[in-house]
Amino acid sequence: MNLLTVHDLSKTFTIHAIGRAVPAFTNVSFQLRPGELLVARGQNGVGKSSLLRCLYRTYLPSAGHAIYRSAHGEVDLARAAEVDIALLRKTEIGYVSQFLRPRPRVSAIELVMEPLLAAGADSGEARARAGDWLGRLGLKESIWPAYPSTFSGGEQQKINLARALIAPRRLLLLDEPNAALDPVARAALRERLAALKAEGVAMIGVFHHIEDVHDLVDNEVVLNAVG
Amino acid sequence: MTLEPRTFDPPRLSDGRPLLTARELRKTYGRVTAVEGVSLEVYPGETLGIVGESGSGKSTVLRLLNLEEPADAGDYRLDLAAYAGENLLGLDRYRRRELRVSQIGIVYQQPHMGLRMGASSGGNVAERLIMAGERRFASLRAAARDSLAASEFPLDRLDDPPRVLSGGMQQRVQLAKAIAMRPALLLLDEPTTGLDVSVQALVLDTLLRLRRERRIATIVVSHDLGVIRTLADRVMVMRGGHVVEHGLADQVLDDPQHPYTQQLVHAKL
Repeated sequence: MNLLTVHDLSKTFTIHAIGRAVPAFTNVSFQLRPGELLVARGQNGVGKSSLLRCLYRTYLPSAGHAIYRSAHGEVDLARAAEVDIALLRKTEIGYVSQFLRPRPRVSAIELVMEPLLAAGADSGEARARAGDWLGRLGLKESIWPAYPSTFSGGEQQKINLARALIAPRRLLLLDEPNAALDPVARAALRERLAALKAEGVAMIGVFHHIEDVHDLVDNEVVLNAVG
Repeated sequence: MTLEPRTFDPPRLSDGRPLLTARELRKTYGRVTAVEGVSLEVYPGETLGIVGESGSGKSTVLRLLNLEEPADAGDYRLDLAAYAGENLLGLDRYRRRELRVSQIGIVYQQPHMGLRMGASSGGNVAERLIMAGERRFASLRAAARDSLAASEFPLDRLDDPPRVLSGGMQQRVQLAKAIAMRPALLLLDEPTTGLDVSVQALVLDTLLRLRRERRIATIVVSHDLGVIRTLADRVMVMRGGHVVEHGLADQVLDDPQHPYTQQLVHAKL
């Protein structure tokens, strides 16, 4: 049974100021089952990240369908109500980007705890699990209580990964999750992705270091330049 | 150029009902149409952002929803047992006041609009409770302290009047007053505009924590897209009294559809 069936999904950006339509990708189709990892491939600028963002609805798809079988019923991610997308983001679909948005006065460990607190976990349990994640990704315990705005790119990305992967999800969208990581963190991430896959989590990814996850990949979708 | 906002499927997964439903709100001042055909919903625990430049009608929408001014037309409902099936725009003066005191909290950009600047901060918050009928001194003081603490106001300054407080502290007193009755709806009108950036961040952080802990349906009006990105789940873009675009906050800010929204988003430094 497919978790996600994408049919002829397309995205074109209309930029009114210059009166132009800029295509990102056209007519992408694929299917994804629970526990599968699908990789989006293609040269820089062919719309791999845009595809992930369209599925998360940060970008609005221009045409096509993305039928997602949620725990509460079936919806088309391309045209589902905003409240339904908001609910899925809180409970079923996660997006792992390369960039952390630190907030003043929120510590590294608190940022990682937030998705668990939002899901109703108590603060002691959330803190323990957040610490476990940060430890495994190799972030020094001495900086967990510090504010990440001054951290290095690699450290920020570890926090971002922990934050994105800590709450249970049925579908994960991975946008270059290992781009800026050191070898220890890359190995830890690989191990986590393998465990999530074994638990039945479906994933769609764009990878900078595809060799890290090579043997986890079930399928690929190749995007070609358009326009 | 007019573009109809894109329509989506009706909700299929979310079984909750919106706390707030407003349809076709209209408000004119003489010959000037401030708000026309504005419809919106807000769900419990959700934050809706309203953006637009000065004169777009965004603050007028907030005043209509706060029942501060009469609307010329429209339908406005809150999903509360005591007001079931009623268009709130038609409430008499007595019930309007009762609804505003018990179920709607508001924070204004200008503290003097929401506070008595010479009365003590604790007294400003207690006043809200007294209006709702609380008379026992001990309960009043405890409830006011509780509400000020939730707004992260330093309790050793309880007796200071807002006049002598910093802008950030004044906003915390307004917030404490707004949430003192545990309202179903919280309205924020440019709550951090005019504050230093570092103070603004602290106030935003308090608002995020309150939202998580109390699940109040919130509407925040701001011209600051950073504030909207931080607080809002969904965004409505207004221009000339009309809604030109609405959507998930990240979608409206990262993939704006309407020419005006594109201009607004790209004008940001």
